[in-house]
Amino acid sequence: MLDQYLPVLMQLSVATGFAVSTLLISVLLGKSAKSNAIKDSAYECGMLPIGDDKPRFSVKFYVIAMLFVIFDIEVVFMYPWAVTFKNFLANGQAAMVFWSMSGFVGILLVAYLYALKKGALSWKS
Amino acid sequence: MSLLFYIFSGLMLGFGIMVIVCRNPLSSALCLVISFLGLAALFVTLNAYFISIIQILVYTGAVMVLFLFIIMLLDIREEKSKDWNFLAVGGGVVVLFGFVVQLISVLGGYEDGKQKMVPFPEDSSHEDVKMIGAEIFTNYNFHLQVLGVLLLVATIGVVVLSRRQGKEGSENN
Repeated sequence: MLDQYLPVLMQLSVATGFAVSTLLISVLLGKSAKSNAIKDSAYECGMLPIGDDKPRFSVKFYVIAMLFVIFDIEVVFMYPWAVTFKNFLANGQAAMVFWSMSGFVGILLVAYLYALKKGALSWKS
Repeated sequence: MSLLFYIFSGLMLGFGIMVIVCRNPLSSALCLVISFLGLAALFVTLNAYFISIIQILVYTGAVMVLFLFIIMLLDIREEKSKDWNFLAVGGGVVVLFGFVVQLISVLGGYEDGKQKMVPFPEDSSHEDVKMIGAEIFTNYNFHLQVLGVLLLVATIGVVVLSRRQGKEGSENN
């Protein structure tokens, strides 16, 4: 059972290996500079910086994230659908299962069109 | 198999502790992501593939993205290190102790709860995703469509709520 997961392990090791080797090479090849508190402070035309260094994020990010959660749940149902469809095809139940999923996706298509029409997905305004 | 259990549960608990130890809320959230991934791997070792995929897709994918956006939106800063409040720590230890005693006494009441280690399922032929799919798209067709309507209502709610905020903002200007 375990040897089925060998590709997953390989992919994981390639991903971590790439990240670690990139960081390591940049440390080894790059010139290291000495840093101190004054050098690291923000320089703004010689004035003392006022206020926050980090920008506030727009609330539009939150709307996009909420819509992403909703359509993510749609994908959760597509996963067993994709896995079982071949079995249903063999049993001759394919039409019912197809229309079942079509109805579900159709309802969510209405939701998508609503969000699109109301401009929830447009970045301007 | 039991070695994998110890690796993944150790990973999970270690990063779970990191979630509360980290001062920066963004690194706490990312530690929680790794903790969730360890949990998903534990589900795979129990042959619960569907829950594992949902764990990765919904929790680590969607919910944690939402958490990160909320942290950015609310502009939560790095915490300053605090002094130890011994009363709070003592209270926490008492609550934890009570919880563990309760858990052991409840689990000890069952025959399955008395074994030291949960036995790992032997055959992987038991395919939970296929079983779930076979149920959802035949017996629970209507419920699936109702769920679609529920998600539609949620979408409308998100759009309406975010719209109203925009209007109030323009009135204030």
